[in-house]
Amino acid sequence: MPKLEAKRIRNFLSQNIIYMVLVVLIAVIAILDPSFLSLQTFRDILLQCATRVIIALGVSFVLITGGTDLSAGRVVGFAAVISASMLQTQDYLRRFYPDLPDLPLIVPILIAIAVGILFGLFNGIVVSRFNVPPFIATLGTMVIVYGANSLYFDLEPNNSQPIGGLRPDFTNLGSGSIFSIPIIVIIALVIALLVWIVFNKTRLGKNMYAIGGNKDAAAVSGINVGRTLIILYAIAGALYAIGGTLEAARTGGATNNYGNMYELDAIAACVVGGVSTTGGIGTVAGVLAGVLIFGVINYGLTFIGLNPYWQQIIKGIIIISAVAVDIRKYYAKK
Amino acid sequence: MNTSEYVLEMKNITKEFPGVKALDNVSLKVRPGTVHALMGENGAGKSTLMKCLFGIYRPDSGEIYLNNQKVDIVNSKIALDHGISMIHQELHPVPHRSVMENIWLGRFPVKRIGPFKFVDHKKMRKKTEELFEKIGLDLDPEIIVRNLSVSKIQSMEIAKATSYNARVIIMDEPTSSLTENEVDHLFRIINSLKSEGVAIIYISHKIEEILQIADEVTIMRDGKYIGTWPAGEITNDFIISTMVGRSLSNRFPERTNVPGDVVMKVENFSSPLPKSFKNISFELRKGEVLGVGGLVGAQRTELVEALFGLRQATGNIYINGKPVRIKSPVDAIKHKIALLTEERRTTGIFPVLQVLENITIANLSSYLKPYLLLDEKRRRKAAEDSIRLLHIKTPSYKTLIKDLSGGNQQKALIARWLLTEPEILILDEPTRGIDVGAKYEIYTIINELASQGKSIIMISSEMPELIGMSDRIMVMCEGKLSGIIDGEDATQEEIMRLATKFIA
Repeated sequence: MPKLEAKRIRNFLSQNIIYMVLVVLIAVIAILDPSFLSLQTFRDILLQCATRVIIALGVSFVLITGGTDLSAGRVVGFAAVISASMLQTQDYLRRFYPDLPDLPLIVPILIAIAVGILFGLFNGIVVSRFNVPPFIATLGTMVIVYGANSLYFDLEPNNSQPIGGLRPDFTNLGSGSIFSIPIIVIIALVIALLVWIVFNKTRLGKNMYAIGGNKDAAAVSGINVGRTLIILYAIAGALYAIGGTLEAARTGGATNNYGNMYELDAIAACVVGGVSTTGGIGTVAGVLAGVLIFGVINYGLTFIGLNPYWQQIIKGIIIISAVAVDIRKYYAKK
Repeated sequence: MNTSEYVLEMKNITKEFPGVKALDNVSLKVRPGTVHALMGENGAGKSTLMKCLFGIYRPDSGEIYLNNQKVDIVNSKIALDHGISMIHQELHPVPHRSVMENIWLGRFPVKRIGPFKFVDHKKMRKKTEELFEKIGLDLDPEIIVRNLSVSKIQSMEIAKATSYNARVIIMDEPTSSLTENEVDHLFRIINSLKSEGVAIIYISHKIEEILQIADEVTIMRDGKYIGTWPAGEITNDFIISTMVGRSLSNRFPERTNVPGDVVMKVENFSSPLPKSFKNISFELRKGEVLGVGGLVGAQRTELVEALFGLRQATGNIYINGKPVRIKSPVDAIKHKIALLTEERRTTGIFPVLQVLENITIANLSSYLKPYLLLDEKRRRKAAEDSIRLLHIKTPSYKTLIKDLSGGNQQKALIARWLLTEPEILILDEPTRGIDVGAKYEIYTIINELASQGKSIIMISSEMPELIGMSDRIMVMCEGKLSGIIDGEDATQEEIMRLATKFIA
């Protein structure tokens, strides 16, 4: 039956359009400049995408519940500043904590993650216990986190100076390689795998999709919606903090403006990757593809010498088209 | 031909929904300046007929005449243009705006200043005052609607309806949330509309009220027109027997369950809300089907939602003799209670998720294996077994549940609850909106569960279903328990009498 066949093809296209866009994008750039297709290029793109993947995966936890998280970028910044402030070399002149001994690498990282979790918990509690819409709740948190970060950043003797002189064992996380694969990419892939397991193999993941799919039905089905939301926002906060820490390690420094607007890139990547803006739908593979698309655009269009302002316009068009396609899918099946 | 005998004639209206013939050749003739009552059980087709008249539905066949002129009402705007207004049972005003803005919404009087048009508030106020005077309504046009009582909002809606120069006003259960004084006030407004020559189609379950206000009564049953009588020539009993008058055929499977000991006892169960259920006490036996009957608004859904921990309530619940506290669905599930909610779409299914997820969401913890992971094999097997056992028609467990028919969605939801291994199943209108074949299958499932010793509370607004399925029937009226009768020798007349027991 040709009609059924056509429907199946249309279905396949609409479900996999994101991966095809990615392939087409790479193909077009490669045609314009064949030297784009090199290992070095892909290594660079992956390096740039690694922290963004982690942050976007964090946001996807919240988006799938039907919420949103505007505080992501500022939490990234705070985590970057916290970890950098405690991981400077002893001989650096302007140390944040002049008398701090060398801590084991993991300690400052865990402190940064704990701060991320704390703000995530705060978001979750405000959203679920005080019934503040996620957009507003996380908007407030975004401002609060920036304020807190700036106060910390302004402490004596740092006085809002960019934090530098990071320990090599820390910066190695961002720039080192194992078997010529960047460590930061390996970390991102491990986190993506863990998130995939949570999404697909655990009760928490199932409950997350259920809450996004129909919050009232989830409550009737015996899911503790409030507690689940708090846990999900906290996990998101932890992932932003990991992203922030790695961002400091990758760039070898941190300021209180780190991570500014990253939440918008992360939300855009998720949406382009097929995470539904109405909740209940989203996959790890989609989020990875979404981040990669923006990575390829950033890198590839610069590579072929396109004016960077054009990149902005192309990115904007892709974001809007992705959601237009998503909503059309939604109505067609309704 | 006398052109003025009827203002409205609906002829041979038929409307079919997938699997249900909601209206079967229905006719309705309404004279100007009269109140024409439209009566029938829940599901008789009254609201569907009115929605066809108001352009919300399009009839599959049939004709509508206004003053002997054939009209084609394709949407509500055209209905309003033809002078047909409808006051819905659920009012939807814009709460934060004033009374007059609500009335003239979408057609504000305007004044021109140069090339610009501005809303003319002075003119709007004047027009509103004139309107209120005409129907004898004492209300400040500039008061914010949020601050008004339900009856005042309703009066406002009536004023709005008349402002379209309505010749026919449809009122769907207008007194369902009014006090006695407010009803009197409504009747005064209706009488002044009558004297203006406006025809009113009045839908209500309240027979006393109908006999008081109506000039003519049309009765519908099972989507069919039964007849029209002058209100002065019929009695309360005649209306009831005509509304329910149908015989029970083999619509229900043979019953094999035997009720045993009491498993659940509810004492003095009351809602803290003023207009909700009060002082409900009943017992539920092992292997029993306890039907719950009553009219729309009898607070049956509110009662079972409170039993399931979705609403607050005071009173005592005992399960197997022990007092229990149920504050949330989590508690209820722990005590082996399940609730199939009335609104399948809003509180039942997860439309964008697979049948698998929909079936297993309420008992995920039973598939847990080490490290918080789920045993996917066992979970899929549970879903597949459910699909086979309950004959859920779906291409696979991976299909999104929104792509299934209503009856199969309902069976998937029953499967969800059966996997929690409940002892007490509460089913709220389990066969609403599903086709006849699927209904029979759900009846069979209910009987089987009862035979296995599960206890079932089944809310239904279809009286034959209550009588055909229940061991005992508990009837509620206006939030109160009006009686518990034996299912065996229950009659529709008796249920109807109990269901209207406390209605003034």
